[in-house]
Amino acid sequence: MGMTMVEKILATHSGRDQVVPGEYVWAKIDETNAMTDTFEDLERLGVKKVWDPDKVYCVSDHSAPPANIGTAEEVRKLREYIKKYKIKNWFEYGRHGIVHQINPEMGFVRPGELIAMIDSHSTTYGAFNAASCAIYMDAVYVLITGKLWFKVPETIRFDICGKLPEFCMGKDIILKIAGLYGTDIAIYKAVEFMGPTIKDLSLSGRWTICNMAAEIGSKFAIMEADEKVFDFLKGRTDKPYIPVSPDPDAAYCQRYTVDVTNMSPMVACPHDPSNVKPVEEVKGIKIQQALVGSCTNGRLEDFEMAARIIKGKKVHPDVRLLVIPASMEVWRAAMHAGYFDTLTEAGALICHPTCGPCAGQHLGVLASGERCISTTNRNFQGRMGSPQSEVYLANPATVTASAIAGQIADPREA
Amino acid sequence: MISNIITGKVWKFSDNISTDLIMPGFAALSRPDLSPEEAAQYCMYSNRPDWAAMVQKGDVIIAGKNFGCGSSRPASRILKTLGIDLVVAESIARIFFRNSINLGLPVLTCLNILDAFDEGDIIEANISTGEIKNLTSGKTILGEALPEDSPPMEILRAGGIIPMLENEKCI
Ligand code: SF4
Repeated sequence: MGMTMVEKILATHSGRDQVVPGEYVWAKIDETNAMTDTFEDLERLGVKKVWDPDKVYCVSDHSAPPANIGTAEEVRKLREYIKKYKIKNWFEYGRHGIVHQINPEMGFVRPGELIAMIDSHSTTYGAFNAASCAIYMDAVYVLITGKLWFKVPETIRFDICGKLPEFCMGKDIILKIAGLYGTDIAIYKAVEFMGPTIKDLSLSGRWTICNMAAEIGSKFAIMEADEKVFDFLKGRTDKPYIPVSPDPDAAYCQRYTVDVTNMSPMVACPHDPSNVKPVEEVKGIKIQQALVGSCTNGRLEDFEMAARIIKGKKVHPDVRLLVIPASMEVWRAAMHAGYFDTLTEAGALICHPTCGPCAGQHLGVLASGERCISTTNRNFQGRMGSPQSEVYLANPATVTASAIAGQIADPREA
Repeated sequence: MISNIITGKVWKFSDNISTDLIMPGFAALSRPDLSPEEAAQYCMYSNRPDWAAMVQKGDVIIAGKNFGCGSSRPASRILKTLGIDLVVAESIARIFFRNSINLGLPVLTCLNILDAFDEGDIIEANISTGEIKNLTSGKTILGEALPEDSPPMEILRAGGIIPMLENEKCI
């Protein structure tokens, strides 16, 4: 019997030739991360060292740098623990980024690996052909033993075909899927994204899709590795890796084909990522804030699109357009490419890398009655601030076009 | 140790109760200065602001699809702090499921759970067989129990991942 990509990775990491959905395995973890409370648990347990300090990554991204004393204390403790447990992979502000951006940039993510990270969007690394899932409390177990239990998930396969229209991006593909199939279709399941459209898509677009695969409930989301992945990793890692592909006779619990030909840019309306409509159906809704950034769409390609849309135009007087690159590497590249010039000339605000308002913590939290169109991944009620605020999710082109218009706008008409 | 049979008063919630609702970022993430009990008072603040103050120790949540969806923040801990002893939902988001097991909060999946209960009814659930009784109406339905010898059941029985690590003395 053939295996899917995730089955193959779980098999190699649990020392087996074959695994089948439904069985429990203990598998070796290639990379993990830790937060202050993970270290506090370790300390409470009297653990003096972690299983492999080189495989542990620590980032402060959610409200970076700290916006209040409480958070500052957390980060101070984290810095102390990092020294105590000899963790080398720590990124101080100014050399930092959002976890799902900086980990691949630093070469910590390789094809064929099994990754378990604290953060729900850890599925992101599937764009690099890694089986990666989110954990939280288990991190302490991984830090001690280097292992974790998994129930081998069934796999859903999405084959994406058709040429992606202009002004549509990876974001629109995953929004379309969330709209078609809902936010719980992939709970406890692995998802493979295959097909010619994925092959043609930029690495950045794939990164977005695997990131937002969390919004359809996925345990793992994964794509095949190709030259785009290998080129990105060149110079970032010297560890060998073995990419995986699904066997031709791999078993899937469901298979869907999604044709993106003639699709419109998509918008997820409040308060659910699956409440998705084509942009032409939501045009005209007034906004006060627009945000291009986050681990979903905070890469060079995203700011290139924003700059292209806004060049020679102005942000609407009633709107603030926040631009938040996902890492300092992206920040510097966007600066060098001249995008910051174009964007600030139009009246946008360039911020430093942080999760910022995405999780409602700082730098643009919403007041009651305010509406934001955002390239982030979640629009749950109260996510970005007041329970009486609203978040619409869209790609960077739609967000920027809306910032110019002062209302949700179609980038194809901008 | 967690006992097999859990009894309590039922609170009803709908589909897609996210961890942003259970553990709002503005209270639980941005305010490490709040005590766990203070932070827990913001549980469901956006969708049911008066709820947290009404919960009593030993109460049970029943809910629709995709309970605990979203962020990996330890929302189960907030529910435990409030005194919730069990969550039964039509489906449970994966990270929330895993966090709950690791924190020693029993969670059960059960289709049609919402049809079987009115808010305030008394539930009696057996977490090892999945048998769920409505003691108020006398109805019984079957949820999905975890296999006895599975790692999650072992962790749950120990009372969570930390007690299990302590018991195992693997440290
Ligand atoms: S940018 Fe938003 S979704 Fe991404 S890690 Fe930060 S808070 Fe989570």
